[in-house]
Amino acid sequence: MRSEWIKYAATGAIILLALVFPLLGVKSYYLHVAILGLLHAILALGLNLIAGYTGQLSLAQAAFFGIGSYVSALLMLNVKMSFWLAAPIGACAAALVGILFGLPTLRLKGPYFVISTLGFGEIIRLVFLNWESVTRGPNGLTGIPAPDDVALGFVTLTFDTKTGAYYLVLVTLLAVLALYYNLVYSRIGRALRAIHSDQIAAEVMGINLTFYKVFAFALSAFLSGLAGALYAGYIRFISPDTFTIGEAVNILIMMVLGGMGTIAGPIIGAVSITYLLETMRVFADYRLIIYGLLMFFIILYMPQGLVGVLAMAKDFLAARFPLPISRGTDEPPGQKGAAPVKGEI
Amino acid sequence: MLLECAGLTMRFGGLTAVDAVDLKLEKGQIMGLIGPNGSGKTTFFNMVSGIYKPTAGEVRLSGRNIAGRRPDYVASCGIARTFQNIRLFSGMTVWENVMIGRHCRMRQSILDDILGTARKQAEEKAAQEYLTGLLTLFKMQHMLHEQAKNLPYGKQRELEIIRAMASEPELLLLDEPAAGMNPQETAELIEFIRKLRDMGVTILVVEHDMKLVMNTCDRIAVLNNGRKIAEGSPREIQTNEAVIKAYLGKKVKEGA
Ligand SMILES: Nc1ncnc2c1ncn2[C@@H]1O[C@H](COP(=O)(O)OP(=O)(O)OP(=O)(O)O)[C@@H](O)[C@H]1O
Ligand SMILES: [Mg+2]
Repeated sequence: MRSEWIKYAATGAIILLALVFPLLGVKSYYLHVAILGLLHAILALGLNLIAGYTGQLSLAQAAFFGIGSYVSALLMLNVKMSFWLAAPIGACAAALVGILFGLPTLRLKGPYFVISTLGFGEIIRLVFLNWESVTRGPNGLTGIPAPDDVALGFVTLTFDTKTGAYYLVLVTLLAVLALYYNLVYSRIGRALRAIHSDQIAAEVMGINLTFYKVFAFALSAFLSGLAGALYAGYIRFISPDTFTIGEAVNILIMMVLGGMGTIAGPIIGAVSITYLLETMRVFADYRLIIYGLLMFFIILYMPQGLVGVLAMAKDFLAARFPLPISRGTDEPPGQKGAAPVKGEI
Repeated sequence: MLLECAGLTMRFGGLTAVDAVDLKLEKGQIMGLIGPNGSGKTTFFNMVSGIYKPTAGEVRLSGRNIAGRRPDYVASCGIARTFQNIRLFSGMTVWENVMIGRHCRMRQSILDDILGTARKQAEEKAAQEYLTGLLTLFKMQHMLHEQAKNLPYGKQRELEIIRAMASEPELLLLDEPAAGMNPQETAELIEFIRKLRDMGVTILVVEHDMKLVMNTCDRIAVLNNGRKIAEGSPREIQTNEAVIKAYLGKKVKEGA
């Protein structure tokens, strides 16, 4: 594609900016907002797997976020486990719960799955709230330790500062993205999109519906749980108030606004919505009204989300500024030649 | 015997849509399955491909009973099909459609896919080579990046057949491939099916268009009210009393 170079240039520039962001002398508060934005990017990418690609909307993502947080925090507090072990265990615990919950419910057709995730999310929140002997109920868990220092021979990385936490979350997000990209442009990604498009046809092509749906759901729970563990290690205090249906709706709006079924979309949506929620009182107070209007507007005028708008801008720019050496318009068939969704960047 | 159906029966409540049908199909054969509307042809396909669980009876593929197994299992055993109402992945490209069609022939593991291992690359490359050949053979290689829903109607029907062929099936089930086609498109489809025959594919085709059936099929089976009322060569079927009665007794929408 002629316009691809803009995509690569923009991606490179954004990654570079993200890498030097803490070094630009930004106020500590904005670093905090950036950390929350990146964490939400992981959450929105997780939801995107099951909802954007597979077409099964889930409102349980805040619950998996909470499971990852609580499990890792409890392991660190009660058995003095290191964050580096507790975090993957927390993420795996969320994935396991996702499998157990998904196995029966993902077989449901129509709107029943999303309804069951709504109930599930509320049940998990009530468990955090009422299982006081373990979760300390509404008071939440305090005094969660920061991730241990990592000695790399000549330098020691510390994570009890905002800068340290920022880089930890950023590097995790980049690693997730590399694997996410592989997955989306592979047999698995094609199978998930086929299920989204037509379940019966997908099944007749040899795609095991239950397996792939549960797999996507478990992976989305894993990513949410991973974000939860990172959150606990950064914020050092967790309570049931964070893991509500309201948070699940936040994650949903981030994915939809950015562009579902794309890789860049959930990240763009997560960073922008987090920024608005954290910095604008009005936005936070009238959140639900604004979400309602946003949904209305997006569905009517920009079903591809912000990514769709960016893709149009990209094509516009590419038409104005073609590269002198064009790579030709037709790529050989292959995973990259077959761009999954129109407007993906 | 590649396909052997014995006593295959499907009941929906009080209605017996397919009633104890026996059918045998040899490797390399093209068999037509015809019958008036509502005679149970699609239901028969749905049982063979695993979408419906038969009420009774057996479906044997090279001797192995697959009746009542899930569609994805049946697909991996080597049965591919198309649908009476086109079911392409409409928002996806031609290339993605055929790649998904090859899903059950690709052997990489989930980890291979996520980590992007050499094994994944090799599997993707092998699929690419096979599918490029297939698409070239059926003259669709210049449309790879076209979205399926943007193809002309006749091409959509052909793409559905190519997608089914992507898995190199032992048996191909075509449900009314010529439905909705104009005479020119039908003529092209006949050429298309002849090419498949030359490739040695075994085909069971449901079709109302008698020109297509008579020009492509080695044998024909006739269903009426869920029962098989005749089977034989195209010539035998054309003169069969019971068949003529079944068709003339009802109003038929086209062909015949
Ligand atoms: N899922 C179902 N539930 C109830 N009845 C069904 C179902 N599927 C098919 N039938 C009935 O079974 C009978 C056979 O239908 P089928 O679709 O197999 O016919 P057909 O031979 O394919 O007809 P056509 O030529 O119109 O495609 C019809 O009476 C139909 O109404
Ligand atoms: Mg039919």
